Amino acid sequence: MRRAGRPFLFITCHELKEMLGRTAWDERELLDGIEEVPADSLYYHTLSYFLRSKYLASPYPNDFATWAAIQVRDRVLGERLAVVDPFDYEDIESLRSELITIIDDHLASLPTIPRVVYGEPFHFMRSTIIEIPTGIEARSLREFRDGVQAVDLGAIFYHFFGVVRRKNSRHVDPIVWLEEELDLPDLAGRIRRMNPYVSSLDGFRTRLLAVLDHVLEEVGDA
Amino acid sequence: MPERPLRLDDYRQVVPSNTIDLIYRLAERVQGRSLLHVNSTRVGGGVAEMLHRYIPLFQDIGVEAGWEVISGSDAFFRVTKSFHNALQGQEQVFTEEMLRTYLEVNRENAARLDLAADVVMIHDPQPAALIEYASRKGKWIWRCHIDISRPQRRAWNFLRQFIVKYDAAIFSLPKFSQRLPIPQYLIYPSIDPLSEKNRDLTGEEVNAILDRLNIPRDKPILLQVSRFDRFKDPIGVINAYRIVKKYDDCRLVLAGGTADDDPEGAQVLSEVMEAAAGDPNIHVLLLPPTADLEINALQRAATIILQKSIREGFGLTVAEGMWKGKPVIGGFAGGITVQIIYGVTGYTVNSVEGCAFRIRYLLNNPEVARQMGENAREYVRQNFLITRDLIDHLALMVSLLG
Repeated sequence: MRRAGRPFLFITCHELKEMLGRTAWDERELLDGIEEVPADSLYYHTLSYFLRSKYLASPYPNDFATWAAIQVRDRVLGERLAVVDPFDYEDIESLRSELITIIDDHLASLPTIPRVVYGEPFHFMRSTIIEIPTGIEARSLREFRDGVQAVDLGAIFYHFFGVVRRKNSRHVDPIVWLEEELDLPDLAGRIRRMNPYVSSLDGFRTRLLAVLDHVLEEVGDA
Repeated sequence: MPERPLRLDDYRQVVPSNTIDLIYRLAERVQGRSLLHVNSTRVGGGVAEMLHRYIPLFQDIGVEAGWEVISGSDAFFRVTKSFHNALQGQEQVFTEEMLRTYLEVNRENAARLDLAADVVMIHDPQPAALIEYASRKGKWIWRCHIDISRPQRRAWNFLRQFIVKYDAAIFSLPKFSQRLPIPQYLIYPSIDPLSEKNRDLTGEEVNAILDRLNIPRDKPILLQVSRFDRFKDPIGVINAYRIVKKYDDCRLVLAGGTADDDPEGAQVLSEVMEAAAGDPNIHVLLLPPTADLEINALQRAATIILQKSIREGFGLTVAEGMWKGKPVIGGFAGGITVQIIYGVTGYTVNSVEGCAFRIRYLLNNPEVARQMGENAREYVRQNFLITRDLIDHLALMVSLLG
């Protein structure tokens, strides 16, 4: 089996959580916040949700949807926000625009602005991702597969859940590496089409390992 | 007998896999850097307990970690207790003389202490004004452990003039964050699973300690471990117990102590003793700050653990109880709300009546209580162990020092 000239280095990450000191007590304030907060804040409340839900998951995989449904008790808005798949958007500004449109449209249809009565306000946060090399590297598909199995879930998040896409860093993108270094464009395409939105980090890893094992079996390296 | 200083590798047996390796790799980026903690007491209270545990761990991974304690008069600690209460929302009176006392003691300590370090972490309001008088070299961080979600405006305004001079602040919950021109980070506090307070105990050890404390194990035990402090609502706990007692036989144990910087503790304890008088099933234990093993045994012997606080910083006794595999009923306050997942790891309650109802429910549904206890332990393993805290602090050092 082909060996890569350039090894793939697995990197894990830790999220430093920064509070912006800004809260929303009703859905108008939530809308205003989404319009104005930095991109790192939208990133925190959507994509990086997966880093924080390793054991117990919230009702929806983004904080805006969960807040609307649980704290404001506006299940309609919760459901409408929950269906927004952040992995569908090329950049965070497109995602911001979609969220704004949904909330604006929802509020236009209501006589009053839903607000928190008994629940907690929404606290806008921001994500800073600290990269940490794992020391695990791969030069073949077998080593890549074993690396995926061995690394902690932070590395799965880093390489497959958006850090790479957000930073547009080709040298840490496993899909680019599989394509260019191992000449496996079909496998790369298959992984690229795996949508992580409705799975957990652990669930995604299980699916990914199944795909990699299948390819290894085909090439007689199972 | 003094405990052997723990090494990071000792934690491999209890923390999530890969965690220790991740800490070593992160620590490589701050090797040889210095981190100095400053607080107001070396004994008693959650901050001192936390520093005792994790300073040796920082040292073990190559960070030069130190700890300084400010000293002050009784008058100073009365002022800081008033600050503590005011920042947690109680109306307090501050005279000019009180503010002068606070500033003067901070000025004296700034002159006395060696505060040179790459990162200086100042804990809570007592030493917050050190930044006004110290010559700063490294990055200064203000670490707030208390609930300042609704502070008395005058107290916060006074304190804020110092906080804005820091490079960053750390709060335990998003709702404690303030409108500040400096970065505010969220770091949950943690417990040490290998400390005397949390390590595994055998059944024989638990029985022996309960015997020594004169707590019979003939009926279910309800336990609240906390300082004798009004915000912990010990009287509310007794009232909830009295409601339960009409239907279900049980014992109530209120175990706690007081801290050097808490002059109100004795008064609250006396009120609790009065409320408990005449009931042989209520046990009020005034424990010294060193009674970690006793607390551990009490938590393991308990059927249900209570933390019915009405105001709370984070309330780490909740995580301690959860780590023992027990369901916890806690007041809807401070960090209790992020530790207790309602109906999964325990219940949050908003009244004496709510507390009584959930105690009754769990006493009468032992299988639910057992499953909640299991969930609770796993939730703590993932989120509230000292190793996660270490990672957060290392990540912050990496971020601040570049």
